[in-house]
Amino acid sequence: MFANFFEYEFLRNTFYTGLLIGLIAPLLGTFIVVRRLSIIADALSHVTLAGIAFGLLVEKKFGLAFITPFYSGMFFSVIGSVFVEKLRSVYKAYQELAIPIILSGGVGLSVIFISLADGFNTDLYNYLFGSVSAVSRDDLWMILIIAIVVVTIIMLFYKELFMLSFDEEHAVVSGIHAKRIHFLFMIMTALVIAASIRIVGVLLVSALMTLPVAASIRIAKGFKQTIVFSIIFGEISVIIGLITGYYFEIPPGGTIVVTSIIILLLAIAYKRIAFNLSRKKAME
Amino acid sequence: MAESLVKMENVSYAYENKQVLSHVDFEIQRGAFIGLVGPNGGGKTTLIKLLLGILKPQQGTIQLFGSPLNKFNQWNKIGFVSQKANTFNRGFPATVYEVVSMGLTSKIGYMKFFKHKHKQKIMDAIKQVGMQDYIYENIGDLSGGQQQRIFIARSLVSDPELLILDEPTVGVDTENVQKFYELLHHLNENQNITLLLVTHDTGTMTHHATDIVCLNKTLHFHGDPSVFTNLSEHDLSHFYGHPVNLVTHNH
Ligand SMILES: Nc1ncnc2c1ncn2[C@@H]1O[C@H](COP(=O)(O)OP(=O)(O)OP(=O)(O)O)[C@@H](O)[C@H]1O
Ligand SMILES: [Mg+2]
Repeated sequence: MFANFFEYEFLRNTFYTGLLIGLIAPLLGTFIVVRRLSIIADALSHVTLAGIAFGLLVEKKFGLAFITPFYSGMFFSVIGSVFVEKLRSVYKAYQELAIPIILSGGVGLSVIFISLADGFNTDLYNYLFGSVSAVSRDDLWMILIIAIVVVTIIMLFYKELFMLSFDEEHAVVSGIHAKRIHFLFMIMTALVIAASIRIVGVLLVSALMTLPVAASIRIAKGFKQTIVFSIIFGEISVIIGLITGYYFEIPPGGTIVVTSIIILLLAIAYKRIAFNLSRKKAME
Repeated sequence: MAESLVKMENVSYAYENKQVLSHVDFEIQRGAFIGLVGPNGGGKTTLIKLLLGILKPQQGTIQLFGSPLNKFNQWNKIGFVSQKANTFNRGFPATVYEVVSMGLTSKIGYMKFFKHKHKQKIMDAIKQVGMQDYIYENIGDLSGGQQQRIFIARSLVSDPELLILDEPTVGVDTENVQKFYELLHHLNENQNITLLLVTHDTGTMTHHATDIVCLNKTLHFHGDPSVFTNLSEHDLSHFYGHPVNLVTHNH
């Protein structure tokens, strides 16, 4: 069964894409979680859906080859991230208000584009829940480029991103260009969401960015270790999720997320046991 | 005459419609250890935010190290521990080492990495505040007073020439407050770091500071601690806007 993944090209593309997003989604997700921005990932994924629906519409009505749903989704996602930032600065005291505005805007536009395209089809189903057979060779190249860009930027600006996440005021006082770095961060988030949607789907993409981190935070010491564990958990979830999804003919979004929830539960249980043991030791 | 590191002239500031500082003239000379006191809401934190450029004054001018605030760019000469330093997200997964390393971020600069000498500096700063046994603990697992010491280490690691501390001893027990003042004293005397310390323990402060500054919307007093302790109760309650009882510990 595992061999199938290397026999068929489309499965191979999916597998490599899975490995790439299993790396970049939890990597960026660690920063998203500690900055309490998890919900923004959700809002952006719905904006991406609008972009995908737009792409499907254009594809169907005009057959323009250069606007694929993948690219239009990515474009909408990036524009959406810029909007989130604008709204957050308009509503300084109610920053979370930006999220329902963007999220409902995304869903509203999606509904309009979908009905203009005369309804639901299997393509859209794949975009909602992910698919093992959706990744073309071109998509894989694009996702590889996104992954390289994201990993490089995070390595180059790791110090600043970490500092900004921990204490924004202190970062600003020390002379860090918080606004620019944050902007870069939001664009990366938009790109990672667009890259991940092919496999995990719109509805579950934020889960791949947050669940591995949630598990990792329970057991890791320090930030670097949190990132490392998050990526390990992300990769395990993607690999197990893709294989079981393919085998049982279930959209991989579902199997990947369920796998990460199981990992999360194991991490919580492990922490409990370790905590009780060390307390027993301390009381002796 | 000594070089002045901070010079505020005729500075006024209002939040929306609330006048918080009016016509403040204030100077910090190199080598000084200034205790900034005053009632709650007197504008101490606001004054610090102004001189760090977080807030912009509506009136007046501010100079840091001899250059106007908007031209000043040597921020790593200034260390700062905020009054809110320990209101960070307690679940944040960062070790003591990682937190202290942040103090070097802007000094090292964009797109450059930590080197061996930086690691040594971080270790030294942690030792200086006596927290070497906790290097790989998560910051959220420490007590409030221990966290406060880590934030001081973070501000020391970049070798600041001016260190600004906004109520760093809140939540620190008496024994450690004493140690903490000794540490500040040492930094001031032996490492020639200029200090601006906001505090409500006026009593302890007067034993260590070179100057006391009392702020309540305007600058009410700037001078020698011994003069400050000998002020009449009448003067003090005038500064504070309510009766005060200055507790002095005579050793
Ligand atoms: N962000 C803000 N918006 C509006 N008013 C503010 C803001 N921050 C402070 N103030 C007001 O400005 C006044 C001065 O506040 P500030 O924090 O400077 O006082 P402080 O001397 O540091 O007090 P404390 O000893 O309690 O720390 C207070 O009356 C406060 O209500
Ligand atoms: Mg204050």
